[in-house]
Amino acid sequence: MENLEQLVQDGLAAVDSADSLQALDQIRVEYLGKKGVITQQAKTLGKLSAEERPAAGQKINEAKGQVEQAINARRGDLERVAIEQKLASESIDVTLPGRGQELGGLHPVTRTLQRIEQFFSRAGYTIEQGPEIEDDYHNFEALNIPGHHPARAMHDTFYFNPGILLRTHTSPVQIRTMEAGQPPFRMICPGRVYRCDSDMTHTPMFHQVEGLLVEKNVSFADLKSTVEEFLRVFFEQDLQVRFRPSYFPFTEPSAEVDIEWGREADGSIKWLEVMGCGMVHPKVFEYCGIDAEEYRGFAFGMGVERLAMLRYGVNDLRMFFENDLRFLRQFR
Amino acid sequence: MKFSEQWLREWVNPQIGTQELMDQITMAGLEVDGFEPVAGQFSGVVVGEVQSVQPHPDADKLRVCQVSDGKDTVQVVCGAPNVRQGLKVPFAVVGAVLPGDFRIKKAKLRGQPSEGMLCSESELGLSENHDGLMELPSDAPVGQDVADYLKLNDVTIDVDLTPNRADCLSIKGIAREVGVLNGVLVDAPVIEPVEAVHSEVPDIRVEAPAGCPRYLGRILRNVNLQAESPLWMQEKLRRSGIRSIDAAVDVTNYVMLELGQPMHAFDRDEIHGGIVVRMARAGEKLVLLDGQEVALTQGTLVIADHEKPIAIAGVMGGEHSGVSPKTRDLVLESAYFDPITLAGKARHYGLHTDASHRFERGVDYKLAREAMERATRLLRDIVGGEPGEIVEVASDEDIPKDRVVDLRARRLNDVLGMEIDRTTVEEILTRLGLRVEKLLKDGWRVSVPSFRPDISIEEDLIEEVGRIYGYNNLPVTEPTGSLGLRPEQEAVRPVSAIRNFFVDHGYQEAVTYSFVDPKVQQLVDPDRQGIALANPISSDLSVMRTSLWSGLLKTVAYNQNRQQPRIRLFETGLRFLQEGERIDQQPMLAGVVVGSQYPENWANGRRTADFFDVKGDLESLFRLLGVDIQFVGSQHPALHPGQTAELLRGGEHVGWLGTLHPQVQKNLELNGTILMFELFLNSVVTGHVPNFNEISKFPEVRRDLAIIIGSDVAFADVERVARKHAGERLTALRAFDVYEGEGLGEGNRSLALSLFWQHPERTLNEDEVHSLFSGVIDALKEELGATLRS
Repeated sequence: MENLEQLVQDGLAAVDSADSLQALDQIRVEYLGKKGVITQQAKTLGKLSAEERPAAGQKINEAKGQVEQAINARRGDLERVAIEQKLASESIDVTLPGRGQELGGLHPVTRTLQRIEQFFSRAGYTIEQGPEIEDDYHNFEALNIPGHHPARAMHDTFYFNPGILLRTHTSPVQIRTMEAGQPPFRMICPGRVYRCDSDMTHTPMFHQVEGLLVEKNVSFADLKSTVEEFLRVFFEQDLQVRFRPSYFPFTEPSAEVDIEWGREADGSIKWLEVMGCGMVHPKVFEYCGIDAEEYRGFAFGMGVERLAMLRYGVNDLRMFFENDLRFLRQFR
Repeated sequence: MKFSEQWLREWVNPQIGTQELMDQITMAGLEVDGFEPVAGQFSGVVVGEVQSVQPHPDADKLRVCQVSDGKDTVQVVCGAPNVRQGLKVPFAVVGAVLPGDFRIKKAKLRGQPSEGMLCSESELGLSENHDGLMELPSDAPVGQDVADYLKLNDVTIDVDLTPNRADCLSIKGIAREVGVLNGVLVDAPVIEPVEAVHSEVPDIRVEAPAGCPRYLGRILRNVNLQAESPLWMQEKLRRSGIRSIDAAVDVTNYVMLELGQPMHAFDRDEIHGGIVVRMARAGEKLVLLDGQEVALTQGTLVIADHEKPIAIAGVMGGEHSGVSPKTRDLVLESAYFDPITLAGKARHYGLHTDASHRFERGVDYKLAREAMERATRLLRDIVGGEPGEIVEVASDEDIPKDRVVDLRARRLNDVLGMEIDRTTVEEILTRLGLRVEKLLKDGWRVSVPSFRPDISIEEDLIEEVGRIYGYNNLPVTEPTGSLGLRPEQEAVRPVSAIRNFFVDHGYQEAVTYSFVDPKVQQLVDPDRQGIALANPISSDLSVMRTSLWSGLLKTVAYNQNRQQPRIRLFETGLRFLQEGERIDQQPMLAGVVVGSQYPENWANGRRTADFFDVKGDLESLFRLLGVDIQFVGSQHPALHPGQTAELLRGGEHVGWLGTLHPQVQKNLELNGTILMFELFLNSVVTGHVPNFNEISKFPEVRRDLAIIIGSDVAFADVERVARKHAGERLTALRAFDVYEGEGLGEGNRSLALSLFWQHPERTLNEDEVHSLFSGVIDALKEELGATLRS
């Protein structure tokens, strides 16, 4: 039995010096395996008396337990070291950029259009589209702009032939929608429009959103709230808005809408024109077969590029159509 | 229209400042575009009188003058050619400050002392004129401050009038508005008839009464057109943006500005026989006052004599019949021309005159006689002469009818959204010159004055009341109509979803012009003719696009020229095709990719994007949209013959994908491999609504095979044959390797496929899978000549 104690001491020493999991396993087999030196001690029990056996057996078990515990502890240590080594070898530079595709971006005009469309969609307006090559009737005549009207000169129209042209505004879409349906209407018509004009502040193509609401009981006061709310939501500011009498052949009364845009040197409000609007002219209803005594309507229109320029601080209209990537990427 | 504030205030003078006045008329709908002082900022300039003029001893062009400033007489050296004894001029005394902070000090000019400066108009900021000294009238009081004498404390106000407000193209009209806005009376000058002193009258015949419903003529004999217009008149004209020409032209311009009636003065000796107002005849020509000769077109209303046209009615007079300093007798014209007859005529001849601007918009049809009397009196005061009787030729049936319009109080309230007090309404109407003829049960019967041709229906009156009451004084209320719920198709994806897809896949959206360069379009779409604009802005924007590729490729060039090698763009928009009589306007979706597939990065490599990168993007898009699209090898004139796919949906053409043809690329001077696609948007936006299938609980079986097959056999054919024989339990078929090269034999390639089977209700047994798999192999061998790769 003195031998047993020596064996335990040897075993513990071996465990202590084991430097890998495999070495440790070998030590386990050597001491605790079926043929392990401590396991083998059990065979000596047969030579003992029945009274001595239990105590001796217990001693052997204790010896086994002692070595086993040491092995487990050592294994834990070795495993921890191994994981640490593995982790150390796997570390990466997390500050390097990720791989994969870059994000593209929407054109600023689309971005602006989407915000406008969202506002009016939530207010129950449909979004209507129409042809860009239009006929004289829908672009002018049905909007109360007959052939001799001075307003025609202001439109600088692109023509294909005397009756066919590029639409100068998106109002003809309203005419087409009213022709095809029955009131009430709530719609906006976003899209490309064309004017034969090109300089610092004009491009021959630009975008407009025109809106129309036709119901039995609608007034100029309702138009004011719609326009004011839209502008405040669009610019995310509690802007002052004013309505200035103006003239459009297709609305009456007509107004131009100015917003507060900074201050003059003397502290007074600097006003900036951003939209046109008015109550639908009875002539327009007549062309569309709507009874102007039963229904009233309001309409409004805005230039998308102008709003985008104000919103994003773009200072040159022409950039919208140069499609310079260095410009476009600023809006993603 | 430009006008002088002072002139306006002679007519109506509310107790408000200049800025407030401008704000007020802007908010009444007469938008002030700008204003400027009528002179530069200066001080210390008085009316001086040149007492004597001596030559300068040491300079040929300089003169030594003695000038009186009213108190003292000082020596001034002056170089102006028109300096002379007795002349009254603006005299900047020592200590004066001229515009530009230019201080006048004692000086010596070529040795001669000079105390002060005699001024030209430009030196005082009055005009550009610096030809000589500004000559003041001989009765100008010597010593008076010139700014006071000329009443220079004035601004020129520029109003941008809307085309309906022809009535405000005069001081009279603007004064009326200002009077209404401020509740003050307008003090109009009294215009009394000028008595005739002889019986000579012009012979006038109006052959086109519809175009000229009223024509007035009068002879003014023995005028002296050497006489200059008085300074006050020249100044009023100058401050309204009109240059002084001679007394006759100045007076007609003055009356036009004051009352709104354009007039014309002819030299009586140049009118042969008499005046005829008629339509131009084919082949007639006229040299205009501005010196240009125009070929008159039929439909142009002209003033003619018995031989030839002498003026384009309401637009511009002829050079020949115009007045000159030698003119002895004048014939004055004051007429009402029909706006519709005159519409667009000036523009047709490349002209735009003060007269045509007014006549096209509508002049007061009852104003002609008053204006004639006003002009006669002014002329007689300046150039003398003997007026004759006025001859008036009028066609009652062609003169616009006086209008009576009913305004219902209820309608007024409904449209404006508030109730406006009845007396307020009546006051507004009356002040505007609209007469309330009769009170109706629910409103007013209003007669419209001749100077408001824009008012003919109830809405016109509502606008007037709203405008004067003030739009900003009207309430703000929410529309109350109910919102109908609208159906929305789930299977139809909005275009915004497609845009977002491309943005997420690294594409930048472009918006290019709908009109393009025909030369570029010819290269990308040679088989079609773009619809041409009749009046393009330039030749490179002259035809409508038949493909979005033209604009996108131009954008590629633009960016490549600006050191952007990696370009991924998409665009949505219409293309335009002429199909016989019809014009097709089809919404398209197009894209272009050039440069590396991924942005340059330590990990991404620099692989150039190729056909399959873009095809992969489109396949993902189609999955998003829920549509099944086939890519079939095909040919397109703008695309690489070996790298072109036609896109089909259920056999129908929906678009193209391919690599730009190297020749086209070269012609467009573009770099790199350029991948392009274009689809009909409407053909792909409608997909399907998902329909649930039970998920199988049983295992999936996979079998792989590798075949050697002719390179000319499309993968699509291999897939078709394999699927045909793989039975209904096949769940997927994938190509996991494609190899072309050594050891396969000429014209062959190797394809490795994996096939997956699964049964919804049971485990597939080995035998049935084996039998299907062998069937596929046999079919590939028999139908496509494939061999199994060992």
